[in-house]
Formats: sequence, C-alpha cells, structure tokens
Amino acid sequence: MAIGHDAVLSEDDETTPLEYRHENDVLRIYGFWLFIATDLVLFGTLFATYVVLRANTAGGPSESQLFEVPIFTAETLILLTSSFTCGLATFQMHRKKHGWLSFWLVVTVLLGATFIGLELSEFITYATHGATMQRSAFLSAFFTLVGTHGIHVSMGILWMLSILYQLWRTGLNSTTARKVFVVGLYWHFLDVVWVFIFTVVYLTGVAH
Amino acid sequence: MPGYDRHHPTPFFVSGDPMIYASDVLIALTLVGVVFVLTYFRRWRWLWEEWITTVDHKKIGIMYLLAALAMMFRGGVDSELMRTQLAFPNNHFLGAEHYDQIFTTHGTIMILFMAMPLIFAMMNIAVPLQIGARDVAFPYLNAISFWLFFFGAMLFNLSFVIGGSPDAGWVSYPPLTETPFDPGPGENFYLLALQISGIGSIATGINFLVTILKMRAPGMTLMRMPLFPWSVLSASVLIIFAFPALTIALALLLLDRLAGAHFFTMLQGGNPMMYVNLFWVWGHPEVYIVVLPAFGIFSEVFATFSRKRVFGYTSMVASLMTIAVISYFVWAHHFFTMGAGPGVNSFFAIASMCVGIPTGVKVFNWLFTMFKGRIRTSLPMLWAIGFIPNFAIGGATGIMLAAAPGDYQYHNSYFLIAHFHQVLIGGVVYGMLAGMYYWWPKMFGFILDERIGRWAFWLFNIGFYVCFMPQYQLGFMGMTRRVYIYPADMGWSTLNLISTVGAYLMGIAFVLIVVEILYSAVWGVRDTTGDPWDGRTLEWSLPSPAPHYNFAHVPVVTERDAWWGQKEARKKGEIQKETRPFQPIHMPRNSGRPFIMSLCFFIGGFGLVFEWYPLALVGLVGILTSLLMRSVERDTDYYIPVEEIQHIESNLGRA
Amino acid sequence: MNTNANRAFPWKHVTGFVLSIALTLLALWMVQAHVMGFTALISVTLLFAALQILVQLFLFMHITDSPGPRYHVIALALGLLFTFTIVAGSIWIMTFGGNQAY
Repeated sequence: MAIGHDAVLSEDDETTPLEYRHENDVLRIYGFWLFIATDLVLFGTLFATYVVLRANTAGGPSESQLFEVPIFTAETLILLTSSFTCGLATFQMHRKKHGWLSFWLVVTVLLGATFIGLELSEFITYATHGATMQRSAFLSAFFTLVGTHGIHVSMGILWMLSILYQLWRTGLNSTTARKVFVVGLYWHFLDVVWVFIFTVVYLTGVAH
Repeated sequence: MPGYDRHHPTPFFVSGDPMIYASDVLIALTLVGVVFVLTYFRRWRWLWEEWITTVDHKKIGIMYLLAALAMMFRGGVDSELMRTQLAFPNNHFLGAEHYDQIFTTHGTIMILFMAMPLIFAMMNIAVPLQIGARDVAFPYLNAISFWLFFFGAMLFNLSFVIGGSPDAGWVSYPPLTETPFDPGPGENFYLLALQISGIGSIATGINFLVTILKMRAPGMTLMRMPLFPWSVLSASVLIIFAFPALTIALALLLLDRLAGAHFFTMLQGGNPMMYVNLFWVWGHPEVYIVVLPAFGIFSEVFATFSRKRVFGYTSMVASLMTIAVISYFVWAHHFFTMGAGPGVNSFFAIASMCVGIPTGVKVFNWLFTMFKGRIRTSLPMLWAIGFIPNFAIGGATGIMLAAAPGDYQYHNSYFLIAHFHQVLIGGVVYGMLAGMYYWWPKMFGFILDERIGRWAFWLFNIGFYVCFMPQYQLGFMGMTRRVYIYPADMGWSTLNLISTVGAYLMGIAFVLIVVEILYSAVWGVRDTTGDPWDGRTLEWSLPSPAPHYNFAHVPVVTERDAWWGQKEARKKGEIQKETRPFQPIHMPRNSGRPFIMSLCFFIGGFGLVFEWYPLALVGLVGILTSLLMRSVERDTDYYIPVEEIQHIESNLGRA
Repeated sequence: MNTNANRAFPWKHVTGFVLSIALTLLALWMVQAHVMGFTALISVTLLFAALQILVQLFLFMHITDSPGPRYHVIALALGLLFTFTIVAGSIWIMTFGGNQAY
C-alpha cells in the first residue's frame, strides 16, 4: 500500500526490476495497464462494428476480392517480429545494457515503420481499385478498424523515438526504465490486436 | 424561425430569434463583466496561478462543482422553456426547430456536462481525503481531465451562438443525424464536444481506480474503506469500460458526416441501429456511473446523521460491484422495440430486472442504518431521506419498463420521461446536493445556511412530484416524448399545466440554493473544528478547508470509520497526541499545460466542426507538442520543507 | 519476481516468438488448405488468436510482475469479459437474435 508518490520502494534491490523501484513508476505502470484495458474495449467495439457490417458490401468489392494472402501475411510476420524485438529491448533494459536496449528499440521502430508502409500501400491499392471508405459499410468498417490500429502503431513509433531521445539524453534510470517498459506494454498490446485483425478480418475474409 | 434553415447554408452566427439575440447580449455582458472584475481587482495572476494551473484535487473539485452548477443553470433554463412551451395546448411560445434544439441541449448538458462534472466534483473533493492520500495518483492528468471537460462543455455551448445547436435529441440517432437530413455544424458540435470531454472522463476513471487501489493510507484495507470511495471504485470501473463504446459510436458517426463513410446511413449497407446499439453499450452503464457515487454519498450521509455505522457494509460493497457488472449486460432494453426477437429481449429484460435486487439491498440497508439511530435532519440528511421514496418510485417504474412487452407500450412516451427523471433527479441530483451540503464546509470552511436550505429542499421536493407525477399519466394517455405541440382536445392540458407549475417550483428552488450559497459565504456559520457534522471518516480529521498537502502526517488506519474510532479512543483517553515529527512532503508542481493542451483540443474540435481542416491540424499539432513536452519534462514535483508544514499547521492550530 | 532478468539469453522471448509465428502460420495454413468447415475453421483460428494473447501477456508483457496485489490482472480480465460482451452481444442483437444470416 502506497504512502506517497515519492516512496522509494527498493532502490538497490537487484531482485526488483528497475521500473518498479519507485512508487511513482509503479502507479504509472498500473495506470497504463488500465489504459490497455480501456483500449481493449475500444478495439472490441470496432471489431463488433466490423463483424456486424462486414457482409454489407452494397455491391462493391468484398473481403475475398480485396485481401491478398502474401501482403497481410507479411504485415503479420513483421509486426510479430517487432513485438519480439521490443521484448528484447525490455530484456536488455532489465540487464542494464543501455546500448543493446537502444539497438532493439531502433529495430522495433524500423519494423513498425515497415509495417505502416506496407499497410499504407495496401490501402492505396484498394483505393485505386475503387474500394474506398465511402464505397460501402463493409469498407468503412474495414478502414476504420485497421486504420485505428495503424494510427496506434504510428503513435507508438513517435513515442519510441521520444524515449530513444530521452535514453540518449539522461541514460537508463528508473524513469526511463519505466517508460521503456510501458511503451513495450503498448507495443505488445498492439500486436495482440493485430493478431485478432489477422484472424477476424483477413483469415475470415479469405476462408470463404 | 430560429437557428438555421435546413436547406440553406448556415450563417456563422445564429440569428433570427429575439431570445437568442437577448442571450447573445447577456453572454457578452457577462464576459465583459468577468474581464472587468478580474482586471479591476488585479486577479488575473491569481486566477492563473491558483486555479487554472492547479493540480490540487480539492481545487479541481471546486472548479468541477462551479462548472456543474453553471451547466445546471443552462440545462435548467432549457427545461423551463420546454415546460413553458408545453404548458398550454397549441402554444407557440417557441418555434418548432428551437424546441428541437432545446430538448437536445437540455438532455446532453444535464447528463454529460452537469451530472458527470458533479460526480467528478464529489470524487475529487472527497476520495483522497477519505482514503488518507495527499492527492490522486496522477494530479497532472486530473487537471487535463478537468480542462478537457471544461473545453468540451464550452465547445458544446458555443453552438448556441455560433453555427447553431444540435437538434436531434441527446442520443443523436442516425439516420436523422446524417448529413443529408441534418446539415450544418450543430451535430458536429455535439459529436466533438462529447468526444473531447469523454477523453477526460476515461482519464478520470483510470486516475481514481489507481488512486483508490494503490494510495490508501497504511492499514486501510479495501474492506476498511468508506463506502463513497467504494462507489467511486465501481463507477470508475464502469467509466473505463463503457466510455470507449461512446468514443467509437461518436467517431463513426463523425466519419459518416465528415468523411462520407457509411456506418449508419441508409445507403451502401449502413445500419443505423448499430449506432443505437453502441450508444447504449455506453449509455446504460453511464446511468450507473452517475448514480453509484450518489449511492456512496447516501451511505456516508445516512451513517453520519444517524450516528451509527452503516448497516450491512459488506452487502453494500457487494451490491455496488454487482450493479457495476450487471449494468453492462442490460443495454438492449433501451431499444426493445427494434424487435430483436424474443430471445434477445427476454435476456435483456431479465438482466435489467436483476439490477433491482442489489439496488433493493442498498435501500433496505439505508433504512436499517436509520433504524434506532439518533437522526439529525440536517440538510444533507434531508436530501438523503427525500431520495428514498423518490428512488423507490423510480425503481418500480423502471421494472415496468424493463418488462419487454410492456415497454412496447411505454417506449418513448412521457412515462419513460417521468421514469428517468425520477431516477436521475431523485438519485443523482439529490445525491450530489446531499454531497454538496455535506462536504461544503470541507471545501470552503463555512456551512450552508440551514433555513434557506430547508426552503429550497421543500420547494424542490414538492416541485419534483408536481412536475413528474402527471407525466406518468400523460405517458399512459399517449403523449410521446419530444412532442412540441398538442391540440386542446387530447385531454392533456390540465396535467401539462400542473407539470409546468412543478418545473417552476424546482427552478425557484435552484435560485434559492444560489441565494443560499451567496448568503452563507458572507453570513454563514464558519466551521472552525473541521468536523461540523461529527463525522466518521478521515476527511473530518482535517481542518476546513484542508491544507494543500491534506495530511501533515499520513494517518494509520486500524478500523472502518477511522475518524470515529479515533474520536472514541480519544474520549476514553487511549490515544495520545501525534508525536511523529514532520517529514518533507512530496507534491506535484502546478502546470499550465493541461489548460493549454485542452485549449488545443478545443481549437482542433472547432476546426472539425466547421470542416476547416487547417485549423483542426493546428489543434492536433498543439496537442502532440504538449504531450511531447510533458514526456521530456523533468521538473515535475517538489518537496514542502518541514518549516513550512510546521508554519501552516500551527496557523491552523494543529501543531 | 523477474527470474529472466539476469540470464544472458532471453529464453522466454524466443519461446514466445517461435510460438507466435507457429500459431500464425498454422492458422494461415489451415485456412488456405480448408482443412475443415467454415465455422470450425473460424473457431479454431480464434482459439489460436486467444493463445497468442497468453503468449504476449506471459512471455512478453510481464503480467505477473507487480509489487503488491495484482489488480491489473483483474482489470484486464474484466476488460476481456466486457470486450467479449460487446462483440457477442452486438452480433446477437444486430442479427435479431441470430435470425438474420450473416
């Protein structure tokens, strides 16, 4: 039970992870878990909308006409790998290997950027074939669900860049450690969301 | 005809109605007055340093309270205008479109910009003090929440003079709210204002969950926590899980309107009922978000003013959490008439009725708390007692509405109107007023005048029944919701006139409460003890108003009703004076950024309302810059030195 | 609390990565090869996705790390319950109790 924001829980205790040593950071990590729970419901609502509207193509292109297996498989593998490299960043953070931590964060950012690039080119391809958000309820729901995830990933990239800057400026301490840990939670969460997009949107779309 | 013509481009400034011009003049005069007073008394710096940049939960609570009372005034004026229009058959007091706008703004303001900030006010003022904490978990985020609410409310109210008010009901159902049927910026104002304040609400939910779960004083286990923090805990759980559904519903409708998407249109496969579905996924839990904290306040008030422990503490906690979870499984009862079939309707009807069980447990516990207690009918208790019959009637009519086949008869009739006003006013407003009277001395250091307060209570309480009892009958007689005008031969005239008289009584009561506040500020009884009600929980162990760090020594809790226990022990001579030396206290620094960032939300929102995308982009860049600046900020907190604490405490007569 | 921290090789992470790739490719293959009927296929792939949640939560996200009570696990469980409620409830309601084909 906490006493105040300043409570130092275990400054030099090597068994406690770096991000959990100050009460302030414990509160923030906990708050972020709650944010993830909220964001989960947000995506749940978008999934509900997609599933309800996905058959409403209004004579426009349908899922199986649009989705291409190599593209969405590549996106999935890239994002899964980035989740892994992001995990490695946290792993190196726990080992206080500053250099490796930054390296894996950079790799994660690059993989994330590749993912966003692929997704954008996918969207543009659809649009040039007349499959725009304005075409049908199905496409509105598709672009919104997948696009919201894409915006989340883009925000994550900006966030990681900001943390890389802070790591470079102030080094690894309990504050930056907490930030690395939290952005990691965010990134893994987005990976989980994508796995469901992969399953509910893409796999279901091509399974017919 | 006021507002805009649906078939012509919207004028930027709303024009055409003398009432709106009069309001324009009033708003301008008020603004000039405020600027003049602040300049004349040289209060600008004070305003900025003490209030706008504050991260102190007590001040944020006070700002929520004042904003909520102002919004209650606006929403209340709307309701008096509506009741005046409906007082007589064939009345033309308001134009039809003006009437549409007014019932829309009345509902939206009362739920989102009155009830919500009122509960946030009570949460902010009481929760940290009751659990023995020095602030909430994230004080900076708390300030952001407030300013997001504030600018959301401002954006919404701006529609009154610029662009035109929304006019499709507080639920804003498509397809009526889609661009072809409702062009112009009115609905955009609604969508963006709710979105902006909704973000703040989610942040508040997270903030209070972390505060309550992680920042209780040593020894205060969850089952020793007062019931108000418990009620806030359950409401916060609902906030963080219900508001995302509103966020999405609003965002998708906005995409329909601004980007030409087809979520809820009648064309291209859109499905308007999906909006209704998503809206109520949020909308029903929302009812409990506002009423659960009221339940918490009643529990505190009944115990304090009966001088007894609350009866059935454990069952109170269990029922709060049960209500929170069940309320997530009842949303379809708001659209039984969609005809989703007997399976769906039966499930949601039964789930809805189940909510009555834990609620009934609570009502009986409150009655048993009073049983054989030494009851004082001070103002908070008066409102709490007034709540019981009110809520019993509201609950019973709720069960009637929950019966799906019956609902086909009552749906969207005045019976429904009477029901939800009975639970929302009888539950939430009575609860929040009880809380306001109860914690007012803790906020401001004086007690609100008893005599004027009793007049206000009785006028309001009688006015309430006079206003809403006839509406149940009008509902049975076929009068439907949102009806603007009715012919004389419907037989509704007398009941409508009676109802209007009741509404005026409630309006007079509101004015009396304002008078009471002003009167008491000058002549009210000062609270010098910090414990004017002989309270039971930790906030009453502090001076009124509490110092900005709250507790000079973090209290150690050994039982429920911690302060009562300490007082009892002191009477028996078991407790010595505090001997622990003062320690420097860690406090968050004030910051102007929450205000500026929320202002950027306002600017961006305003840009989107009028589809001026460059302006929207300016807002977005401002928001991102604020976030980034906070992320790299290092100097976010400071320590209050021991000497200063010593000084403050001895001035308060406490050390 | 964090047994992984001092090891030189991130076994947990590599296991998680291999599992997530395997589950993904397996799901993809099953769909491509139409190894079963549509409903069964969707159910199995959703099950795989659910397993991936567990992989991320336990092997990457350190969900078990926490000083004090693990309230965040309860919050996450409630979040999953409510997410499921919204999705399943919306489908159920919007298909008019399953009477309308989708």
